Amino acid sequence: MHKYILRRLLMLVPVMLGVTLIVFTMMHFTPGDPAKIMLGESAPEAEVIKLREELGLDDPFLVQFGRYVFNAVQGDIGRSYTTNRPVAIEIMERFPSTLKLAALGVLVSVSLGIPTGIISATRQYSLFDNIAMVAALLGVSMPNFWQGLMLILFFSVQLKWFPSSGFSTPSQMVLPALTLGTSSAAIITRMTRSSMLEVIRQDYIRTARAKGQAESIVINKHALNNALIPIITVIGLQFGYLLGGAVLTESIFSIPGVGRLMVESIKARNFPVVQGGVLFIAITFSFVNLLVDILYAFVDPRIKSQYK
Amino acid sequence: MSKIKTSNNQEEVKAVSKKKRSPWVEVWRRLRQNKSAMFGLAIIGLLVFCAIFADLIAPYGIDDQDLRARFITPSRDYLFGTDNFGRDILSRIIYGSRVSLQVGFIAVGISALTGGALGAIAGFYGGRLDNVIMRFVDILLAIPGILLAISIVSALGPGLQNVMIAVGIGSIPSYARIVRASVLSLRDQEFVEAAKAVGANDFRIISKHIIPNSMAPIIVQATLGVAGAILSAAGLSFIGLGIQPPTPEWGSMLSSGRQYLRDYWHIATFPGLAIMITIFALNLLGDGLRDALDPRLKS
Repeated sequence: MHKYILRRLLMLVPVMLGVTLIVFTMMHFTPGDPAKIMLGESAPEAEVIKLREELGLDDPFLVQFGRYVFNAVQGDIGRSYTTNRPVAIEIMERFPSTLKLAALGVLVSVSLGIPTGIISATRQYSLFDNIAMVAALLGVSMPNFWQGLMLILFFSVQLKWFPSSGFSTPSQMVLPALTLGTSSAAIITRMTRSSMLEVIRQDYIRTARAKGQAESIVINKHALNNALIPIITVIGLQFGYLLGGAVLTESIFSIPGVGRLMVESIKARNFPVVQGGVLFIAITFSFVNLLVDILYAFVDPRIKSQYK
Repeated sequence: MSKIKTSNNQEEVKAVSKKKRSPWVEVWRRLRQNKSAMFGLAIIGLLVFCAIFADLIAPYGIDDQDLRARFITPSRDYLFGTDNFGRDILSRIIYGSRVSLQVGFIAVGISALTGGALGAIAGFYGGRLDNVIMRFVDILLAIPGILLAISIVSALGPGLQNVMIAVGIGSIPSYARIVRASVLSLRDQEFVEAAKAVGANDFRIISKHIIPNSMAPIIVQATLGVAGAILSAAGLSFIGLGIQPPTPEWGSMLSSGRQYLRDYWHIATFPGLAIMITIFALNLLGDGLRDALDPRLKS
């Protein structure tokens, strides 16, 4: 198991290098001179040239990339063009909000999705099942930025129950978490239902029932345990989706997270921050995926025996 | 005697040809029985109709501003109301279907063709080439799709064409994986061997024998992909990185209605509804196609 985790961590290195190369290349070939962006359009030419030299912007592409990676390994991913502070610090300051938002989104989606999926599967084609499936399809179809606005319209403007911006008090977190979690909840509901339906037809479930096991134990223990693998996979993938989706949710609710920082940085052509943000989220997402794979081992002993 | 035999033969031929209907006819038959899929298809048909005949259907022009008629709530003259420039929202939504469908189909075209080609090559040749391509796909997969699209757009700049490219590249990995998986399962089948035996080259084998046989998962993914692409593009426009006003794109209409949300709910509500109905219809059709193409999954 330890060996497996170590191997997976090692495999992350080339992937992260690849992500860095892709993002670095994109930002590198974007029109616009970073030195000019930093100094302003009206800066004298001599100063621009001096800064270009200082930043090493005239070096060949590969040299610049090598330097970026070399510094990044030591935790230095450049300085923000607008504030001149280290990008790593700017991102770390905002990262807790984004992580909290994504985690709350997962919480909403899991606590809505799994129970609904289980009930739907145990009562296939019932009224509950039909309503849940239509609701799930609507949930998948709803753009979350629109849903966020509609929640604000209803719960903040009309009912005045929850504030429409900010992210420090629990009441401020309700609407963003709902906005971010709904479509994932819908996907998890559908996945749970189909995974449970498949498991419920297995012989060992019939055996459990035949030996007189209580239905709640049959469903919650025998069936759910075996249906969990694909559900966990989907939850892991959704976490990545939620980290991406957080960009939009943070914009709607004015949450000071990494996503909003990135959008603002793109508009200000502040590329080191954009680059750092993408890298940061990609690393987080890769770690979550690794965590999901490790979780499999705890859910399914058969998989554990394969991790060598 | 010989006459009778011939007619018998003809009947036999007829019977055989009746039995061997094209698999697509069979898929269409199954799809037709699925009411929700047909409902989805009808909505999509309606949207395509709106997009083609927008000039004839829309009650007002795409950019007709009437400053005396700003912020009108839904009424008989303006079914969905007007926006801050006094433009009719219904008309702009109708014109907007052009943009959204265009983005959806072209983005999916980009990702399905590129991803499909990469997946087919990786699966067919295997070995080192497979390894290189799939590691590249892994790298793309490590960046959440919308984030990848955002970074591409930030490099290319906003605008319709760049949004299509960005959203298209963002979903290349899923097609590459799907196509690779089905190519792997088909590569060693007898009909491929037979094609090799008669001297068909690799391109012919992949394009004529392997791809047509792995169309089912691609079609399902593409249908759902159009929905995803429309959503991503609208999301990009919503944060101001996508299609720019005054183009009547649903996401950017929604975004510009956002600042008037407290007083004029209708400006942001209707474009969002349009997106939702479109995605809903595509999802219904996609689910239906999945069941129709692979009846085993339905049980």
